Amino acid sequence: MAQRIIVDWVAPRASVLELGCGNGSLLTTLTREKEVKAQGMEMDGDNVGICVQRGLNVVHETVDESLKDYGAARFDYSIFNESLQWVSGKPDIVIQDALRVSRNVIIRFSNFAHYRARWQVFFDGKTPVTPSLPYEWHDTPNLHFLSIADFGEYCAARDVTVERTAFLGERRVVRAFPNILALSGIFMISKSTKAELSCQSRNARSEARE
Amino acid sequence: MVVRIVKEAELKDSLGIVVTESYTFADPPEELILDCGEKLGPITVAYETYGTPNEDRSNAILILHAFSGDAHAAGWHEGDRKPGWWDDMMGPGRAFDTERYFVVCSNVLGGCKGTTGPSSLNPETGKPYGAGFPLVSIPDMVRVQARLLDKLGIEKLLAVAGGSMGGQQVLEWLVAYPERVRSAIVIATAARHSPQQIAFNEVGRQAILADPNWNEGQYYSGEQPSKGLGVARMVGHITYMSDTSMAFKFGRRAGANGKSHPFGTGFEVEDYLQHKGLTFVDRFDANSYLYITRAIDEYDATGGGNLAERFERLNARVLVLSFKSDWLYPSYQSREIVRACKKAGVDVTYCEIESTYGHDAFLLEVEAQSNLVSHFLRRAHTAGEGA
Repeated sequence: MAQRIIVDWVAPRASVLELGCGNGSLLTTLTREKEVKAQGMEMDGDNVGICVQRGLNVVHETVDESLKDYGAARFDYSIFNESLQWVSGKPDIVIQDALRVSRNVIIRFSNFAHYRARWQVFFDGKTPVTPSLPYEWHDTPNLHFLSIADFGEYCAARDVTVERTAFLGERRVVRAFPNILALSGIFMISKSTKAELSCQSRNARSEARE
Repeated sequence: MVVRIVKEAELKDSLGIVVTESYTFADPPEELILDCGEKLGPITVAYETYGTPNEDRSNAILILHAFSGDAHAAGWHEGDRKPGWWDDMMGPGRAFDTERYFVVCSNVLGGCKGTTGPSSLNPETGKPYGAGFPLVSIPDMVRVQARLLDKLGIEKLLAVAGGSMGGQQVLEWLVAYPERVRSAIVIATAARHSPQQIAFNEVGRQAILADPNWNEGQYYSGEQPSKGLGVARMVGHITYMSDTSMAFKFGRRAGANGKSHPFGTGFEVEDYLQHKGLTFVDRFDANSYLYITRAIDEYDATGGGNLAERFERLNARVLVLSFKSDWLYPSYQSREIVRACKKAGVDVTYCEIESTYGHDAFLLEVEAQSNLVSHFLRRAHTAGEGA
C-alpha cells in the first residue's frame, strides 16, 4: 500500500534516487510503471547483488556517504522508504542534503506515537513493539524514532514545504488523527520559498497534530 | 595428447582449445607516436578472441589484463596445464558469456607475451630493444588496443573490462574514447597510484636494477637478472594477498625446503614466495617489469585535474568493484572513481565484495563477480538493442 502511494506520487520519466533501496523492489516498480531514471543506494552487499540482478544502478555505501557527492537538484525525487530511521548521522543534516540534491524528498517512516505504542509505553512501561516498529529494543536497526507530529513540526521549523502526505493504518489509509491512528506516515517535502512558507507549514502542522 | 593434461570435463564447459593471434601495424613511416614523444613501429599485438561477433559487431567486449597477464584470458592452449588467467569468468554460460558476446583480449604494449616490448627485436639494430625501448604509458597501451579493434571492425564496444592495471586501462578507455564505450567494468583499481603503491613497485624495480645480470637492460644473450626479477615478484605477491589469506594458507608451518639460506627460518611462506619468484622468471621479462610498473605508477586518469570533469562526456554505464581485504588497491580508491561518476551524472553501480583474498580476489572471487558482471552486461546488451 505504501509502495503504491509512493509510485503514484512520482511523475513519469522523473529521475529518482532511493536511499536505502534494499532489494530494489520500489525502484523496479518505478522503472517499469513510471519509466523513471533510477539510482539506488544500499549498504547491504547482498541487496546490492539483487538490485544488479534486477538491472538497477546501485551504489554500495551508506546514506551519509551517498548524498554529498551529488550536485544540487540532480534528481527530481529522493526517497527514504523506512530508511531515514537508520542513518548514522543526524537526520536533519541528511534531510537538508536530500533537499539540496533533489527537488522533492519522499519520506516514509514508522509513527512512534501510534496509540498502540502510546499504550505500551504508558501502561506497560515498555519500549513499544508495533506492526510498523516490529523490533525489540535490543535488535532494532532504527537509530531514530519520530512521530507524525514530530515530522510536521520539523518541516515547519526548518522552512520545509509539505507537498503531500499520506497516513497508513494496518490495512487502510488513515484520514483522521494520523498521529494516533496511523502506523506510518509518508511525506513529500520540498524546499519552500518564503512566500509559500507560512501558510503551508501552518496547514501541515495542524494536520499532523490531529 | 591434450586431453591427458586437461581434464575432459573442464574442456567441455570451457572454451576448449584457443590460439593466440597477432596483428602488426605502424610500419615505418607510419609509426605510432607515443606519449613520450618517440615513434615506435612496427608494432605487433598478440590477441585472442572468443565467441562470435554479431552482424553489426555490437556484442564485442574488450578484456584488459593485469600486470603479469597476457592475451590468453580463457580456454586452453595445446599442452597447457592451466587455462587462461580469467577462464572462470569466460566461456559459454559464464559471466562473459561467449554464446552472447564476442570477447577480445590482447597483451599490452611493452609486455613480453607476444606484443611488442623491450624483449622484441629492434628492426633498426636487429637486437632486442632492451632499455632502448621507448617509455610507454597506459594511454599508449590503450591506443594500440584501439588500433586492434579498428582492424577487427569493432567501432563501439559493448563493454570494456579489467582489474588492477586492466582497470586503469578501462579508465583510460573512458576518458580517451568515451564514444566507443557503452559500458565499463572497473575492478580493484585506482584512478592514480598512491605513494604506497608506487613505493612497492619501486622496491621491485630496484631489485632488478641491483642485479648485476641486468646489465643496463642488455641481458638477452646472456644470464637473465633472475634474482632481481624474482625478488620483485616476491614483493608483488605479498601485496596481492592479505594478512588473513596468508595466515590461512601458510600459518607458521615449516616448509619443505628447510632453511634455504643461512638466515632462512624455514617457514612455508618463504618457500611459497621463492617458488613464485623463481617461476616468474620463466614467464616474464625483467625489462617489461620495469617499463610496465613505470607506466602504471605514472598513470593518472584525472589528467592532473578532476576525474568527474573528464567523465562528463561519458554516455557509458559503469560498474565498479572492489574487495574488502584488498590493501594494495583499497576500496577508497574505487570509491573515488564512483564519486567521479556520481558527480558527472554517469550511471554507476558499485559493490565492495566481501573477501579475504586481498588484491588476488579479483581472480579468485568468481561467484560474486560473475553474478554482478553477468547481470550488468545483460542490461547493457539489452539497452543497446532497445536503442
